[in-house]
Amino acid sequence: MSMAYKLLLLILLFSSYAMANPVYQKLGIPADEISQQAQWNISIPPSGKGLPQGQGSAQKGAEIFAMQCAACHGPQAIGGSAEPLMGEVGSLGGEYPEKTVASYWPYATTLFDYIRRAMPINAPFSLTADEVYSLSAYLLSQDGIIPANSTLNQDSLPKVIMPNRDGFIPVYPIP
Amino acid sequence: MTSKVHKNRRRFLQQAALGSVLATGAMSLPIVSRSESSEFPDSLPEWMREPGGDFSNYGQPSTHEQQVIRWISANPDAPGNGVSWTPLHDLQGTITPNGLHYERHHNGVPKIDPNKHILLIDGLVEQPLQFSVESLMRYPMESRICFIECGGNSNSGWRSTPIQAKAGYAHGLVSNTEWTGVPVKLLLEEAGIKKQALWVIAEGADAAGLNISIPLEKLLDDALLALYQNGERIRPENGYPMRLVLPGWEGVLNVKWLRQLRLVEEPIMSRDETAQYTELQTDGSARQFTFINEAKSLITSPSLGMMLPDSPGIYQISGLAWSGRGKISRVEISTDGGESWTDAELHGPILDKAFTRFSLAWHWQGEYAVLQSRATDETGYVQPTREALVSQRGRYGFFHYNAIVSWEITEEGDINHVYGL
Repeated sequence: MSMAYKLLLLILLFSSYAMANPVYQKLGIPADEISQQAQWNISIPPSGKGLPQGQGSAQKGAEIFAMQCAACHGPQAIGGSAEPLMGEVGSLGGEYPEKTVASYWPYATTLFDYIRRAMPINAPFSLTADEVYSLSAYLLSQDGIIPANSTLNQDSLPKVIMPNRDGFIPVYPIP
Repeated sequence: MTSKVHKNRRRFLQQAALGSVLATGAMSLPIVSRSESSEFPDSLPEWMREPGGDFSNYGQPSTHEQQVIRWISANPDAPGNGVSWTPLHDLQGTITPNGLHYERHHNGVPKIDPNKHILLIDGLVEQPLQFSVESLMRYPMESRICFIECGGNSNSGWRSTPIQAKAGYAHGLVSNTEWTGVPVKLLLEEAGIKKQALWVIAEGADAAGLNISIPLEKLLDDALLALYQNGERIRPENGYPMRLVLPGWEGVLNVKWLRQLRLVEEPIMSRDETAQYTELQTDGSARQFTFINEAKSLITSPSLGMMLPDSPGIYQISGLAWSGRGKISRVEISTDGGESWTDAELHGPILDKAFTRFSLAWHWQGEYAVLQSRATDETGYVQPTREALVSQRGRYGFFHYNAIVSWEITEEGDINHVYGL
């Protein structure tokens, strides 16, 4: 085997190896510290892990709703330009199904997660944890999912059983 | 050899000197008054008799094409919450121009400073890592032509009466792009994936903080952390400085303005995987995690808003087909509302999970006609009729409408949207 041929073989071997296993410098920087910071821990799972301290009552939530939410969602949380939030529990299998928070959402933790990160739409992340607990309590109390005089906090919110808790059929993984 | 180089250099210097004279205006081109006896007075168009326009730093379409636009549909109370539709009916080929890629924003387009943006990979990993945009630009990149389709595309099809909108303005929440970026797999492996990890919560840096759960399996398969869109850096409305691209999977999972990938055991059950992007069925239950965009096709020409000028005449029926499961293997066309079908020509290259252009020449004799296209993908999946889809899913699923689209051709050559014959 000539030297040139050996060299060629080596080059070919290396180039095919390089395509399957790209050669590159790993440039990720350890991020243990920021991974613990609040601004990187916004998502709240059904277990409630990561919910902040604080609490809020349905009564207080009604006041905040009128100030912060009614303009888009309507004074009764239905009929505005934004999605309806209350009512219609039990309508999903009927002739005129309506997907509201009360009728459709499977987890109360989603309500906290979504209000905190996305609402009010003109000022996301502007509400305090107490205000988000209050709004959650107000919305859930309107359809009797929790009693009208309820207070919610990081322990009680994940325990709320939503009416449509078992209404979802996962299609993934695909058979 | 040396003398030749010398000669060329000398010529260059002469030309450079001439250029500098011209640029300073010490010498200018004479103003030529057109001779009356010109051989070509008005027989040549003016753009051949006058110098053309200036160079441009970033080119724009012809002023004669200003009607080719995305159609915006947003909430007046929250103008950043809505969609804009790709004008598929005005386009040809398969690649969507960047300025016409469809948009779905939940709270506007963030103005992200790439120098202040990082991607954090954490959760069930051996070592949480952060990456600057600059560092990601040094990773090996791959390019992938694929479509991205909003789960809510074509949702007007669930209504009881057919919407009279142009093809793109009813079905254009889908676009096809060459995306270039870093395989997500490389970055996840750099952080070290723990055994328990099954899902990944992706979060965007927009004012909706969009968060959604993606099976880890998909991110390890063919997901790209895209930095480029058709060769240039991703447009702000498509996720600048970086977005996820998950070929074949519904748009909302292709998280724009990506800031975090957190590896977890179970889905987070965020609003956009429970309240939205789930499909309510007639029995009241809802399909969840319906990630794949099933095979679909659409005749883009002739379509609503156009007309057939010659009767009889020959028309090139043309359209697009795509499937989130793989390649398109067949597109059939019917001109009689599905009674009989003819195979269309598929224009190559036929790519996996990408737009495929199809066409068929049609001799129209002036009769009433209903044009339809029906796609089949390489898995054998056949695009359903509207009747079949509605009988299977009901009318309140809202998402993942992929039924056959019918264009009615009247004897006058006008075109309407109908639901079959």
